[in-house]
Amino acid sequence: MDYHSPASFTEASALAAATTGVTRFLAGGTDVLVQLRSEMVTPDLLIDIKKIDGVSDITRTGDGGWTLGVAVTGAEMSEHGELGREWPGIVEAMDLIGSTQIQGRATLTGNLCNGSPAADSVPAMIAAGVTVTVTGPDAERIVPVEDIPTGPGKTSLARGEVISAVNIPPRGQNGGDAYLRFIPRTEMDIAVVGCGVSLRLDGDNVTEARVSLGAVAPTVLLVEDCASAIIGTALDDAALDALAAAASAACNPIDDKRGTIAFRTEVAGVLARRAAKIAYARAKGEQA
Amino acid sequence: MSKLHVSTTVNGDSVEFLCDPRETLLDCLRDKLNLTGAKEGCGTGDCGACSVTVDGRLVCSCLMLGVEADGKDIATVEGMADGEELHPLQQKFIEYAALQCGICTPGVLVAAKALLEKNPNPTEEEARYWLAGNLCRCTGYDKIIRAVMDTAADMREAS
Ligand SMILES: Cc1cc2nc3c(=O)[nH]c(=O)nc-3n(C[C@H](O)[C@H](O)[C@H](O)COP(=O)(O)OP(=O)(O)OC[C@H]3O[C@@H](n4cnc5c(N)ncnc54)[C@H](O)[C@@H]3O)c2cc1C
Ligand code: FES
Ligand code: FES
Repeated sequence: MDYHSPASFTEASALAAATTGVTRFLAGGTDVLVQLRSEMVTPDLLIDIKKIDGVSDITRTGDGGWTLGVAVTGAEMSEHGELGREWPGIVEAMDLIGSTQIQGRATLTGNLCNGSPAADSVPAMIAAGVTVTVTGPDAERIVPVEDIPTGPGKTSLARGEVISAVNIPPRGQNGGDAYLRFIPRTEMDIAVVGCGVSLRLDGDNVTEARVSLGAVAPTVLLVEDCASAIIGTALDDAALDALAAAASAACNPIDDKRGTIAFRTEVAGVLARRAAKIAYARAKGEQA
Repeated sequence: MSKLHVSTTVNGDSVEFLCDPRETLLDCLRDKLNLTGAKEGCGTGDCGACSVTVDGRLVCSCLMLGVEADGKDIATVEGMADGEELHPLQQKFIEYAALQCGICTPGVLVAAKALLEKNPNPTEEEARYWLAGNLCRCTGYDKIIRAVMDTAADMREAS
């Protein structure tokens, strides 16, 4: 295994493009090291992106959004304050990952690129409309988070492509987001179902919504039917019922010891309902 | 495989070592620097027996490569006592018998110290969540938590 710590994303991309062997980027390493130690994946080339300038920065953009460097850890996101006041769902989803020790290392980008359908930060990012900047050998492109995972452990990134930034849109007025997951315990477990909701209100009515489900299909889902179930409503009981039904209908889960198909399908509806209520309260400026 | 040269600071001392890029910081601490306080319980980030701080941040040394330690400031359980003078947490762990086999203890101590530096007045719930990544198969956690809470109270009084 060759280890490199390039000084720029262009260099990182060139290194990755020049090899035919197994390549991994090293952000927090909380997936890479586990896979390395258990001999699941021994990369031929390991490219540590943490020496690149700016990778630990959380920056306000001109339009009122945020750019997060790809090495920003969960702990740094939680400690930021302003980011979590605007996007509590994203920050809480990230904060659910692992223990204090894992929080000191784990990143949004690593969570996304590891490609787990149960990755906690991913539904929250998709609901929020987060995009990533991808640096390739020839060009840079901006990709919505929902277009990155293509299956368990698989992404749409081509050889030589590396994510160079996480772009969070401006929260704007009357918006709120939330992420909830179901696990059998209170800490240190993998989501049986996860649900992220972000919405915007005009008065009492939902004008924009995005709903995303994790751990109920081979990739994290953006569920349009859930959004349409609540847009134009004041999130009354009928809208919540329609939301829950749409969430359950979108599920195509696995059956395993963590949760049966029937259980995951039911819980997806329950979590969508609860997360939507929290996002709604937050959009109203209420504590939730 | 050529070895990489790493210069780092461990418990305030500058140290250098050569390592294979696959070796973890835990391997390097234990096998190259003879700092065997950090333990390998699982090697997969689940148990926290290998906890150390890196630039003040609590991490699992089993999930970090030795080469990543280059230029960093590492603190392990060996740096907690001041010579013969135990850290208040260490004293309290003895007083409360907050350990049995002791395998988890170095990691718990490093993690608890990091907690009290960040939050000198944690609630019991905050302490339990903070230490959720430090597994103990012996004590049932209660004595650990009581020792941490009591140390926090003493340290607040002393400061
Ligand atoms: C004890 C423990 C508990 C955990 N609990 C949870 C949990 O509750 N929920 C959860 O979702 N996950 C959990 N995880 C998994 C893991 O911590 C997360 O997926 C984490 O966010 C990964 O981030 P990282 O920075 O450590 O990624 P790394 O391990 O550094 O990288 C992961 C993958 O992303 C790729 N990658 C990294 N950076 C880039 C980049 N810039 N461009 C392109 N590809 C890149 C790497 O090549 C690799 O394939 C847990 C892990 C452990 C060890
Ligand atoms: S040995 Fe590192 S967490 Fe268990
Ligand atoms: S004292 Fe034995 S594992 Fe904690």
